[in-house]
Formats: sequence, structure tokens, C-alpha cells
Amino acid sequence: MDAIILQILNGLDKGSAYALIALGLTLIFGTLGVVNFAHGALFMIGAFCAVTMQRLLSLSYEEIDPTRTDFLGNPLKVEVPYVEHWFGPDLGGAIVDWSVPLGILLAIPVMIGLGFAMERGLIKHFYKRPHADQILVTFGLAIVLQEIIKYFFGANPIQTGAPSAFSGSFDFGTLLGFDPNVIIYPYWRMVYFLFSLVIIGGVFAFLQFTTFGMVVRAGMADRETVGLLGIDIDRRFTLMFGLAAAVAGLAGVMYTPILAPNYHMGMDFLVLSFVVVVVGGMGSLPGAVLAGFLLGILQSFASMNEVKSLIPGIDQVIIYLVAIVILLTRPRGLMGRKGVMED
Amino acid sequence: MFGLSARDTRFLLIVIALTLLTPILLQPFPEGSSLAQFNAGYPDLMQKFAIFGIFAIGFNILFGLTGYLSFGHAAFLGVGSYTVVWMYKLLGYNVLPGLLLSVVISAAFALLIGFISLRRSGIYFSILTLAFAQMSYNLAYSVLTPITNGETGLQVYASDPQILAGSGAPTSPHLFGLVMRNSAQVDLGGWVFTFNVGYYFCAVMAILAFYISLRIFRSPFGMMLRAIKTNQTRMNYTGLNSRPYTLAAFVISGMYAGLAGGLLAAMDPLAGAERMQWTASGEVVLMTILGGAGTLMGPVLGAGFIKYFENIFSKINDGILHGWFAFLPDGLEDFIVACFHPFVGKGWHLTLGILFMLVVIFLPGGLVEGMQRIWRLVRRRKSGGPKRKDPEHRPTAAPHMAE
Amino acid sequence: MGILEVKGVNKRFGGLQALGDVNLSVAENTVHAIIGPNGAGKSTLLNCLVGKLIPDTGSVMFDGQSVLGRKPHEINQLGISRVFQTPEIFGDLTVLENVLIPCFAKRDGAFRMHAFETVAHERDIVARAEQMLDDVNMLDKAGMQASSLSRGDKRRLEMAMCLVQEPKLLLLDEPTAGMARADTNNTIDLLKDIKATRNITMAIIEHDMHVVFSLADRITVLAQGTPLVEDVPEKIKGHPKVQEAYLGQAH
Repeated sequence: MDAIILQILNGLDKGSAYALIALGLTLIFGTLGVVNFAHGALFMIGAFCAVTMQRLLSLSYEEIDPTRTDFLGNPLKVEVPYVEHWFGPDLGGAIVDWSVPLGILLAIPVMIGLGFAMERGLIKHFYKRPHADQILVTFGLAIVLQEIIKYFFGANPIQTGAPSAFSGSFDFGTLLGFDPNVIIYPYWRMVYFLFSLVIIGGVFAFLQFTTFGMVVRAGMADRETVGLLGIDIDRRFTLMFGLAAAVAGLAGVMYTPILAPNYHMGMDFLVLSFVVVVVGGMGSLPGAVLAGFLLGILQSFASMNEVKSLIPGIDQVIIYLVAIVILLTRPRGLMGRKGVMED
Repeated sequence: MFGLSARDTRFLLIVIALTLLTPILLQPFPEGSSLAQFNAGYPDLMQKFAIFGIFAIGFNILFGLTGYLSFGHAAFLGVGSYTVVWMYKLLGYNVLPGLLLSVVISAAFALLIGFISLRRSGIYFSILTLAFAQMSYNLAYSVLTPITNGETGLQVYASDPQILAGSGAPTSPHLFGLVMRNSAQVDLGGWVFTFNVGYYFCAVMAILAFYISLRIFRSPFGMMLRAIKTNQTRMNYTGLNSRPYTLAAFVISGMYAGLAGGLLAAMDPLAGAERMQWTASGEVVLMTILGGAGTLMGPVLGAGFIKYFENIFSKINDGILHGWFAFLPDGLEDFIVACFHPFVGKGWHLTLGILFMLVVIFLPGGLVEGMQRIWRLVRRRKSGGPKRKDPEHRPTAAPHMAE
Repeated sequence: MGILEVKGVNKRFGGLQALGDVNLSVAENTVHAIIGPNGAGKSTLLNCLVGKLIPDTGSVMFDGQSVLGRKPHEINQLGISRVFQTPEIFGDLTVLENVLIPCFAKRDGAFRMHAFETVAHERDIVARAEQMLDDVNMLDKAGMQASSLSRGDKRRLEMAMCLVQEPKLLLLDEPTAGMARADTNNTIDLLKDIKATRNITMAIIEHDMHVVFSLADRITVLAQGTPLVEDVPEKIKGHPKVQEAYLGQAH
């Protein structure tokens, strides 16, 4: 029992990332009808927003600390971040410590701007072209984006820590009456899960309760009719693209303490997120979220030693296996609507 | 001749001539000159041209003709390589049994994957092939380690049986005693040409592969595949079952990939799982599109182009750039070098990505279409005809689908 | 006993009875039209004939064999060709290739791995395709890309693709829908010409009365998924039930 709960918890953070990326992919696919292979790159750029924020906040100048000396007996030069200089060591230190969550402030404008630029500058011209062309051009864009990041940040993963307040683990088991240290769960992963729930809830609420969201949902259901109503669906779809990019970016920002960002992390997540979208059902938002969490949890179950000894290698292939089975038996996916890219 | 029309025969002969003369043609600059770094006539690179040419030709039979975009063809490449290295280990360094078997095994593998994947089309087909390839890759790294030797990669050890290898047999890949890595160097007044056994072996295979693809393109079967790409509904209502056609195309392209993978191992007796990763599948997609999907020469051009960039362009560093622009005033020189810097050397992937996007956006027919356009332009100039550009070319900004 | 026998076919979509107990018999070498107001179930019936839909109950026999449960390509191989509302042709291929493909399908069946022959070497088939194009006055356009044809020519080409298979039954789904008057008349002339020169059975689903009365030997009127009357055109024209069905629809 405790092992099962532990695996569910372990699957949640990865599942959250899958769900968030898949949510954006589905939004773009559902509204614009575009298969966006650059969506993983947006996730990656989000992660590098956190890195950038951290670097910005850690910008320092050298100061001579008269109270300390180095081994030669000279006064010690220390690096002092500007923020500490401005806000004092306490508040400044806290700001530096919280640079990953603060990365959100940077990520939102950057991602929305990038999303607008992508949609207006590139994707717009591909609405009428075949899906293969859309895949190809966004695949090319993904390469370009990831190479640009590699140029500025290098090829190695960059460690980016969570705020020290969340550095420990939470003993989840004691809450449920298990022995201490049986089910422990890092705080930050819990934060990530809750964060993803907030974002997902926000997106759904936005679509459900605003006029804007209503139009977008109507557009997802029947693009042509909504177009005929004389509603300027173009502008809304552009905004939708920006929103989807922001969701992917935020997913990336908050993921940095879990996985040190590198330039190709987007591609790794993209492949899995596409599988998630397909399993959930192309064009279904709840399906994408459900499938994201399901597959994340399934993956962590498959990596249990008991399961692995039963079926060797299952942890490596479980997601793909599920996708293949789903695609063959239920091409619409778990919650897909009839007629969405079905043939 | 060869069952082809006069025009195709001429085309084939030109291709054969170019392939056989490659070691000379790709060595246009004399040794020691400042441009010698652009020479591509060394065995390792030329072998790659031929091998990836084969890979792309095969991929084109599937994607170019039927329009089914597979993102998992690298799996067959890996299978081919592993097969050949295993044959080295069991039988000996003669490449022939391994290559034959690699084609057979990849065909069986493609039959299985194709049979399942082709039950869906469009993006679903792409995802299915991707899923299969990623599964193969992950398994090759984990549970299949006894077969693939995991991260180290599969190679031949002294303790391997090699039951067919006699005492005097070569200790590297060979074809009945013709050792692949052997080369003859010809020094002609500053120009050095390398004629490598391995390259010529690959070249013969590539010519054969090209010839077969030419026959397929001109056959009723090829026509059916193109018909599938343009209208499957009409295809079915014309009494044709599109599934076996696409499956046949899938298996053929899988065999091409298996052969290419086998040849990789025939040139360098090593096989690693990274050959099966989806980035490798993506590479063959890039090659085919860049060169021109659905055209005969396009994929070969694309493969050559990308491999040339990967090996030559990536070697250009700041020092070389400074050398080129040394004639400029210092400030300007530094500025221009700084401008070029992100795109060359390690940044060549960036150039490739941008180029690929430009091709997809403006030149859907790839390099081949580009050359045809230039050719038409030149001819029009010569004949003194109207000089206007082609009026109908895509893409103009497409009207929004929701209009 | 007609070549096509539809007996007791029912088809429901959820709560909607799309076809209710349809009986239909198409005699050989006749042109049989199926007319009816919008939503009468014409398209559903057609889709049941070509294997796109499977009826809930009833039987569809063609030339002594059941078509139910067969895939579209198998039904075509039995001898049924279909012309679509909007012409379905191979847009990226040349006009000649468009006609070659049905020729191969007729000779070689649903699949043949002829990967190592050359199309140009199949002289018989090429000659036949060219003859067909000549018959529909399109030989001069043989080398053109099919997608660049005019709407009327696309229809003509599609007809040629069907006729070259020498089908035992040609199904036409509103062949003049959305056409300008001139194109409609051209198509009627083409169909009349086909009827006059070939022994062919045709079943036409049509909305346009003009087309129907100038071509059909027999007419079935469908309303709300059920055949109302079946008779020769002269009798149909003044039939009170038919007028009721159409006029009842009008408001």
C-alpha cells in the first residue's frame, strides 16, 4: 500500500509537466488545427527564463570585506549581488533564493511575446498547408530555438535550485498513519504539482467563464461556423497561441529544480507529450490533462523493482506501449471527440 | 537500356558517372591551399554521402511517394548495423552475409511495425512510428544489452567465434579479401585523390539503390503510391486496396534503411543504440525534405548537403573566419566575424535549422525545385523571353482557415 | 430480377430513422434515378450501396452477391463504380495517369506488386486509357496536371475513370450539384451520350429534376427514408404524392 502511494506521488510531478505541455499542444491543435513540434522548445525556453532570472538576480559586484582576510592576510574580496546591496542582505538574499519562482515574472511576458511572434510570423502561413508541412516547419523552428539557447547557455545542464524553504522532503506517510520515512516526498515536487493544478484550473476557468473562452471553445468545436458569425477568430487564436506558449513556459520555469535545464530537454519532453496528447485524444483538453497524469503515474509504477523483475524493460517502453494500444483500439484516444483528425 | 526510357537511361548514366568520379570531383582545391578545407574527397565522408544517400532514397519511396511521414526510420538503421556486427562476431569480417541478413531482418521488422502503424494515417502514423522507434532505442539501451551491448556499443572482440574466418583473413571488414579501409592515393601536382575500397563498395550499392528507386518511380506501383498521396478516397473507390501498397512501400524503405545501417557497420565495425534515436530519424526527414521529397535526386542531394555541412561547415572556426576577412579594416573584420560566429563551427545546426525552415516555407520542392527554377530562369534569359518570375509559386500568405 | 436488389434496408442514426424499409430494384441496362427532397435519405442509401455504411437490417445484392460488409474497393471490384458530388480525382497526377490507374485496377485487382515494370511499357493499357480520353474529348489534355482542369473537365475526367473500368453499375451522386447551367447541360449531354453508346446500368441520385427527366428510364421517389413511388418519368411528373413530398418540404 505504502509503495503504491509512493509511486503515485512520484508520478505526479512528471505527470504534471506532461499534462501542462499536452494542454498547450491541445489548445493549439484544437483552435488552430496546427501540430506544433516546437512546443517542447517553448517548455525549454521557459526553463531558461528561470536560469536567466537567476543569473540576473545574482549579478554581483566585488566588494572588500574588511572583517575577513584571505590566506595571504590581504583583505578578502567578496562578490555581492546587487539585489543584496539594494535591499539589504536579508530581503536581497531571499530574492536571490527565490529566483526560480520569480522567473515566472520574466517568463510570462517572454513566452506570450514569443507565442505571438511565432503565430503571426510563421504558424499563420501554415493553416492551410498539410499537417506534414506544419510538423516539418515547427520541427525546424524547434531546432533553431534550441540551438539559439545552446549558443547562449552552452550544452551542459545548469543546476537551478528551489528556494531553500522547499529544499527538504515532506514525510507524507505519517499523515496517513504509516511509519515515518516510508513515504517521503520532496516539497518542491509537491509545489510543482499544486502549481500545475492551479494553472490547469486557471486555463479551464478562463475557457469556461469568459466570453473570450466561450468563443474559443466554440471555435474548437466548429471553426467554420464561428468564423461565419463574423467573430474575429483570428485575433483570439493568436492570443490562444500566446496563452499556450505561456503555459508551456511556466511548466518549464517551475520544473528547473526537478531537472537541471539543458538545451535539448524540450525535445525529450515533446515526444512524450505528443504521446500524451494522442492517448488523451487529439483536441480534448480534459483528455490531455488526464492522460498526462495517468501516464506519469504509470511510468513511475513501471519503474518499481517488483514490476521490472516481472517484465524486464517495461519502465522504458510503457508509455509508448500504451500509446500504441490506445491508437489501435481507440483511435480517438481516451476522451477525443469523433471526427478530429480521424481517418 | 536497363528497361528505362532513353531519358532515364541518360539520367542514370550521369548519376553513375558522378558517383564513380566523386573522389575527384569533391577534391577541387589543391592540398595546402586555403580552400583545401572545403575538399570533401576523403573516404570517411564520401562513404557517408553514399550511405545516407541510400537511407534517404529509401525514405523518399515512403514519404515522397505516399506522403506517410515516418519519424521512426532510424530503428531500421540500427537493426541493420547490429545485424552486420553480429555477423562479424559469429562468422567473420566478410561483409556480405551481414548485409544480406541486415536487409532481410529489417524487412521483417518493417513488416511488423508497418503492419501496425499503417492502420492509422496522418499525424497518428507519425506518432506510432515514433513510438516504435523510441521503444527500440530504449530497449536497446536497457534489457536488450546482451544483444546490443548497451552504451558501449556492439563491437568485435578477439574471443568471438568468427567461424568462417580463416587464419589469413583480414581483421577488418572486407568483401572476399577486398579490405574496406584500404585506399589508393594518387598525387597529381598538388591534388591528392583518395580512392577507397569502402567508398566504391558503398557507391555500387548506392547506384543499385538509385536504379531500383528509379524503376519503382516509373512503375505502375510507383504511380499507385503517388495516387495514394493525392486521393485515398478515389483510390479505394477505384477498386484498389491502399493498405498493401503503403505496406510494401514501408517495407521497401525499411530495407533501404537496413542496408544503410549495415553499410555503416561495414565501414566501421561498430553499432550503437544512438543510431536508433529519433533525432536520427529526424535527420533523414531533413535530408529528404531539404533535397526535395518525391523527386529522384532530391534525397541524395539533401543527404550529401547535410553530411557536407556536418563535416566541413562545422570545422570553420573564428580563426578561419578572421583569415577570410583579414582584408577588411580591423573593427569591421571583428564585427563580421562576430556576425558569422553563431552560424558556423559548433553552431552549424542553427544554420541547418534556419535553412530547413526556409526550404519548407518557400521551396516545398526542396533544392531540386530551387535548381529547376534557376535553370528555367537562365533558359528564359537566354531565349530572350519574358523575364517575369514564376507567378504561381507558393506560398502566398494563406487565408485564415476560419474566414 | 434486377442487377441491384435492395430489400428491406433500415438504417438508424441514434433516434433518427434515416432509411425505413427501402426496397429497390435496378434493372440491367437502364438508367434509374433516385430523387427526393433534402434529407430524404438519398446519400445514406448510396453510402449503403458502396460499403461506406452498413445497414442495420436488410440486404443489398449486386449481381447475385451481397455487398454488405465489403469494403469500398471490394465493391468496386464487383463492378460498381461511383461518381462523387464533387469530382474525386488524383489531383497531383496527370490526366492520362488518372485514367491509367482504373485500367490497372481492372486488370490486376486490388493489389499487385508491379514495382519493376514501366508504365510506358504497358502498351495495351496506355492505348486503352488514351482511347477512353479520346471518347470524352480530353485526349489533348492528357499531359496536364489533373488539379489544373476546370470543374466541368474534372467531372468529365472522373466519368472517364469510371467508364474505363466498364462497370456493371455506375452510381452517380448528384453529378451536376453546384454546377453552372452550361456545365450541367454538358454533363447531361455526356451522360446521354454514354447511355446511347454503351450498354450500361446507371443509378443516379439527383436533386435537379431537369437532369432526371431527361435521362432516367425509371424513377424512385424517396421521402423521409422511405420509397414513395416508383415509375417511369412520365407518370412521376404529375403524381400527387410526389408533389406533396416536394411541396410539403418547401415551407
